[in-house]
Amino acid sequence: MKPTKILLTAAAIATAAGGVSAEEMTIVSWGGAYSKSQLKAYHEPYSEKSGVTILNDDSSNEAVAKLRAMNEAGNITWDVVDVVAADAIRLCDEGLAMEIDPDTMLAPAPDGTSAADDFGELLVSDCFIPQIVYSTAFGYRTDLVGDTPPTDICAVFDLEAYPGKRSLEKRPINNMEWALLCDGVAKDDVYDVLATPEGQEQALKKLDTIKDSVVWWSAGADTPQLLADGEVIMGSTYNGRLFSVIEEQKQPVAMLWDAQVFDLDGWIIPAGLSDERKQRALDYIMFATDTQRLADQAKYISYGPARASSAPLVGQHAELGIDMAPHMPTDPENAKNTFLYNYEFWADYRDDIDAKFQAWLAQ
Amino acid sequence: MLAADGTPLKQSLARSLRRQKLRALLLISPLLLFVMFSFIVPIASMLFRSVENSIVSETLPLTVEALGNWDEKSGELPGEDVYDAFVRDMVIAIDDKKHTRLGSRLNYEETGMSSMFRRSGRSLKKLDPETDGPFKDQLIEIHDGWGDVKTWQVIKTHSAPITNGYFLNAVDMQRTPDGAQAQPEDKQILIKLFGRTLFMSLVITGSCILLAYPVSYLLATLPMRVSNMLMIFVLLPFWTSLLVRTSAWKVMLQQQGVINETLVWLGLVADDARLVIINNQIGTITAMTHILLPFMILPMYSVMQTIPITYTRAAKSMGATNWTTFWRIYFPQSIPGIGAGSILVFILSIGYYITPEIVGGTKGVFISNRIAYHISSSLNWGLAAALGTILLGVVLLLYWVYDKIVGIDNVKLG
Repeated sequence: MKPTKILLTAAAIATAAGGVSAEEMTIVSWGGAYSKSQLKAYHEPYSEKSGVTILNDDSSNEAVAKLRAMNEAGNITWDVVDVVAADAIRLCDEGLAMEIDPDTMLAPAPDGTSAADDFGELLVSDCFIPQIVYSTAFGYRTDLVGDTPPTDICAVFDLEAYPGKRSLEKRPINNMEWALLCDGVAKDDVYDVLATPEGQEQALKKLDTIKDSVVWWSAGADTPQLLADGEVIMGSTYNGRLFSVIEEQKQPVAMLWDAQVFDLDGWIIPAGLSDERKQRALDYIMFATDTQRLADQAKYISYGPARASSAPLVGQHAELGIDMAPHMPTDPENAKNTFLYNYEFWADYRDDIDAKFQAWLAQ
Repeated sequence: MLAADGTPLKQSLARSLRRQKLRALLLISPLLLFVMFSFIVPIASMLFRSVENSIVSETLPLTVEALGNWDEKSGELPGEDVYDAFVRDMVIAIDDKKHTRLGSRLNYEETGMSSMFRRSGRSLKKLDPETDGPFKDQLIEIHDGWGDVKTWQVIKTHSAPITNGYFLNAVDMQRTPDGAQAQPEDKQILIKLFGRTLFMSLVITGSCILLAYPVSYLLATLPMRVSNMLMIFVLLPFWTSLLVRTSAWKVMLQQQGVINETLVWLGLVADDARLVIINNQIGTITAMTHILLPFMILPMYSVMQTIPITYTRAAKSMGATNWTTFWRIYFPQSIPGIGAGSILVFILSIGYYITPEIVGGTKGVFISNRIAYHISSSLNWGLAAALGTILLGVVLLLYWVYDKIVGIDNVKLG
């Protein structure tokens, strides 16, 4: 062996022996356009500032199961994980995510407002640091709905005015709420009704009226594809996906914002990290969830920043050069009638209603 | 009889044989260890998870003991001793952050437990078990669920460290104070899915046999140069990613897809009556038959290659018709290939879930889709393990039946 080679080998062994190199961290997210927006808005500036190399892992859709398996194996290889709020609550309940103190671990707003007040009621779990507000809303084909485009959520259930297929997510969440809303239940009573077996039956009965005209989706990319191919005339999906169909791919699709359901996506730090890694993860979180960084992300994807103080800083799309504010689910024009995902209700009822929903689907 | 060195021959032989056996064991030990740790141990731990339920008795040891004296069928709330024990257990559990985990576990059995434990945790943390009693009324004040007989029934019914509860859930039943009972009708789904999985796997295996037999026959009888060419066509899709092939079927089969567009263009199908051939059972069967076809062709082909052409010539020379030659001479010799291919295809298809999820709609999904849901979404790993165990049992049972009817030595891969 030549001396240089020996040196390199020695260095490699030393690095391996030290476990994860001191300058690396693994961040888990969803992949695709969403990960790209995080790379531009958070990872690149952070690496430049701190010198830490960030490794990306696109495993967020199975993060809960994987974190549990890692926890049982006693070897946690992830440092920061991007999950939806419902998963964060589950991880927190299972003791798999670390509790966060917003006042000491998160940056205050530029005007001095504490992080707790800046995020407000979006801090839905002790372990969760919200990043974006996204919504599940409907998109429809402008060329297939006739002269009166739908403006009301109940158009989804109106086969006479809007004949054709519609795509809905293959799970009860959101669909049950919309069904009740269009079956005459007042918005404030939806969850009280849905908590009873009769209410669940009522929602399924309403869904029964359109069951034969529904294509059920399980991946967020399905509805955009179905709309683009003309397989369905309207369908629900995440608003960012619809933004890209409408503005980037220029398909004849428009938004039906009525009764959109807000949901949150954000970070958790796995429980049981070594002190050194925990410190690094917290340092990243402090940087990546400050007011400017959250506003920066909206340049790359049409999801609203979770901090109140970030909203005025939202600018134009980095490539298309269009104003992003009107495409945000939180824009006042779009948010006239909205739901906020009821986390506590669904944490309790998800398994029960899901079993009924799946049994109903299989009939 | 004595060997050359004076020891009895029998003993000497045994010693040398033992050495041989030891050597053989050493030679296979890497594989044996590999199989042990990467296959048998995980499967065994999965099987165990389907009955393991120590979380209740470990998190609430005093409560479970106190509940032993309570008659759950009396319809009356347990006494102060249970509430006192419960507060003592919970104070420790909240310190270790285990109470929410227990809440999620019990929520699988009784909806509402999850938020009850999470919410009560915040208030219970402030109680001191030594000085703040009695607790019964305080607990009911914190959450009225603690004043519901059902809550305590659920805790007692599911307190055993080894439970059959997950297996009962897996066959649409549940554990209740009055023994095992059927789930409410609107929640029964799993038996139906088991049946559908078995039925569809059989249909897929059958259509694979029908399609693969002529192809393998061609491959085995054509000249080598041509058959090698054809073989590449069989293997090419085999090397393509599963997701790509499944998505390609979506493009083919959807209502605005290639097949429907062609049929409408030809005038065979009216524009407003396009065929529904995806998001249902037809979609699943079509896509999975295509995906699993190579697993049927390859064993059939390698068995057919070994069938001597002279037998069929002999039959024909003695006056047999083409059909008799095929049915009486060729077909029986090709059965081992059909058997091997069928077992491969059937067992693979029984565990499929990505393809049914993408093209199966609501009527074409398999039991594996539910297993995946419970592993990754609901985190009810006990139920997932019970479902997996039943699936494994069904496969072993069918294998045994197959052995009885066809005979397992009548299976050849070449």
